[in-house]
Amino acid sequence: MVTDNRPLSPHLQVYRPQLTSVTSILHRFSGLLLSLGMVLVVAWLVALAAGPQAFGTVTGWLASPLGLIVLFVWTIALFYHLFNGIRHLLWDAGWLLELKGAHASGWTVLVLTLVMTAIVWGGLL
Amino acid sequence: MSTLRNPLERAHNHGSAGDGVGHWWAQRLTAIFLVVLTAWLVWALTSLVGADHAAAASFIAHPVNAVLAILFVAIAFHHGQLGLQVVVEDYVHNRAVEVFLMIAIRAAALFGGLLAILAILKLALGV
Repeated sequence: MVTDNRPLSPHLQVYRPQLTSVTSILHRFSGLLLSLGMVLVVAWLVALAAGPQAFGTVTGWLASPLGLIVLFVWTIALFYHLFNGIRHLLWDAGWLLELKGAHASGWTVLVLTLVMTAIVWGGLL
Repeated sequence: MSTLRNPLERAHNHGSAGDGVGHWWAQRLTAIFLVVLTAWLVWALTSLVGADHAAAASFIAHPVNAVLAILFVAIAFHHGQLGLQVVVEDYVHNRAVEVFLMIAIRAAALFGGLLAILAILKLALGV
């Protein structure tokens, strides 16, 4: 039976955001963005196979201000999901599960994401 | 307590969905492959910045790059499909919408994956 007034356990809004919860939701969000980003990967490959004219259209869009913003966000999402994904794999192996390890690895992921994004985009500018 | 479940299913320790930890395990395996393939992807993309059509086409046409590109696309779509499935299962509570999204996500992943692989093969085989 479904009723509307059953007591619910405390949910997101009653908790102060913590590093562990924020990195967790960011992992999902970045995964979602990367899934959408696969449209770009496919578009780039199909345009490349179609010929110089189609390739010019796609790369022209990617080099536009909007395209560069999309690529920049994609870079951040890619590095974040990569490094936090490795963190998840280490957790699955039973490592870094204590609060100290979870916090240290969380900050490491955030710093590595910024550093790698800066290196990639710094090299281009 | 008696059970209606087949003894063999109980021995396999599979849940009611019948696939046990299959989804979980596939997500991890694809993740491990993607760690390596993403390293290649970042190198490939940074070296392709500003490349004209001829340079980019010959880069992807190289057998090693073509195979790694196909692996990346196939495994990334599989991994993405597994991840999106969990998101839908967690947040979509209308069963009809949930089933529709599951089918749509799989269809999109298959279509996108095949499209990308065909494009790579076309470049690699020079047809």
